[in-house]
Amino acid sequence: MDKKMSNESYNEYVTNVTPKHNLTMNCLHAFITGGIICTIGEAITQLMIQVFSFSKDDAASYTSMFLVLLSVILTGFNLYKKIAKWGGAGALVPITGFANSVAAPTIEYQKEGEVFGKGVKVFTIAGPVILFGIFTSWIVGLIYYILTLTGIF
Amino acid sequence: MNESIGKQSIRFGTPPVISGASSTVGPKESDGPLSAYFDEKVEDATFGQDSWEKGESEMVRRTVLHAIQKANRKQNDVKYIYGGDLNGQLIGTTFGIKDLNIPVFGLYGACSTCGEALSLAAMTVAAGYAEHVIAVASSHYGSAEKQFRFPLEYGNQRPLSATWTVTGCGAFLISNPTPENSNKPHISAVTTGKIVDYGIKDSFNMGASMAPAAADAIFQNFADLDVRPEYYDKIITGDLGKIGQEILIKLLYQQGYDISSQHTDCGLMIYDNEAQDTHSGGSGCGCSAATLAGYILKQVEDGIWKRVLFVPTGALLSTVSFNEGQTIPGIAHCVVIENGEL
Repeated sequence: MDKKMSNESYNEYVTNVTPKHNLTMNCLHAFITGGIICTIGEAITQLMIQVFSFSKDDAASYTSMFLVLLSVILTGFNLYKKIAKWGGAGALVPITGFANSVAAPTIEYQKEGEVFGKGVKVFTIAGPVILFGIFTSWIVGLIYYILTLTGIF
Repeated sequence: MNESIGKQSIRFGTPPVISGASSTVGPKESDGPLSAYFDEKVEDATFGQDSWEKGESEMVRRTVLHAIQKANRKQNDVKYIYGGDLNGQLIGTTFGIKDLNIPVFGLYGACSTCGEALSLAAMTVAAGYAEHVIAVASSHYGSAEKQFRFPLEYGNQRPLSATWTVTGCGAFLISNPTPENSNKPHISAVTTGKIVDYGIKDSFNMGASMAPAAADAIFQNFADLDVRPEYYDKIITGDLGKIGQEILIKLLYQQGYDISSQHTDCGLMIYDNEAQDTHSGGSGCGCSAATLAGYILKQVEDGIWKRVLFVPTGALLSTVSFNEGQTIPGIAHCVVIENGEL
């Protein structure tokens, strides 16, 4: 077949004929999903502070742990996937999304063994988040240190 | 006499016969519109094994044996197996057929493998090198997602252009024509496709990366055989999906061929896209292989379609080539399948 279309015009044509998710609806779904997850978190925090007299810091840590546990259980029953399909970034950005990204490969790769399966593959998705998260916090710490030396803080 | 015609085609003097064909599919395909046509449908996608990969191998083993059995032949009658799947190093096929004691050629053509296997099997039989040869291709949703995308439980949103990998296998016994198998569909010609690259880089839009390859192979088939689209009752691509189908029809229209009334796609037939939430359609080696073995051959055998151009399509990528920023070239192979009376 004689090549009639350049790669650029073909790619442009393909972009035009490929349907996209509706951005407004996606934002709305993400807002609702993320909002519900954060409201659950806030409810747990308030419960701990007001009913069980936890300090604010302790309550925050326990809230994170509870949300992670909840997400891992939902992942195990293959339900978190359904929430993320509907909620998009609203389900991926909160800590529950992080927990899902760690739990999912652990379940998938357990057949390849403790070390080379679970051990090696556990952070295949979360790895970049951890690496660049720690790196960014190191840079922020460095800036903070320099600012304290110069007397701004 | 066999004839090499045009640039990329062979017309067989004595067309080899598809004397036995069998299809096996997983639960999602069993819920699809073609459900009634498949030979074996399983509810358990692991096929009683403890991993997706072992499950896929078990599916391959069962399907190959069933195809031989349906042709009233024995394992010993089969001289070669041509087969492949989507897993790295073809572990789906290898571990499925390792105990069958049949000489094997392992093939990789991404989702076009079924066409590649059928072409080579037909060439081997037509050339007189074997009386019976198996062609087989398989794919599995679990093993493919794990290898090419994400673990199954990971939550993310699939783009609307994404396709759903079929858990399925199709196996075919290609044989010399005899009076007993004269009513079976036969392979009268093949057109082997070139790798075609239009610079697509989106791995969630395989239809767009494969459509130019399908257009190229079909165009060459028309040219080599000196025919028009009307020569075929159906022109059936492997797994272009909705978007790929639209592009293919347009590309060939620009070349002077209107295939819109003949064209259909296995990826569009195997699922109900709306009800089963499969977005652009089905994909994978098993998509075209199981649809051919289960549905298409039945239509040809019953004479509903007399002559079909079967064109499995493949997107040639790996996670490495994708991460290193390479494009996704496509490939497609044409197999002309005719009713026994033609």
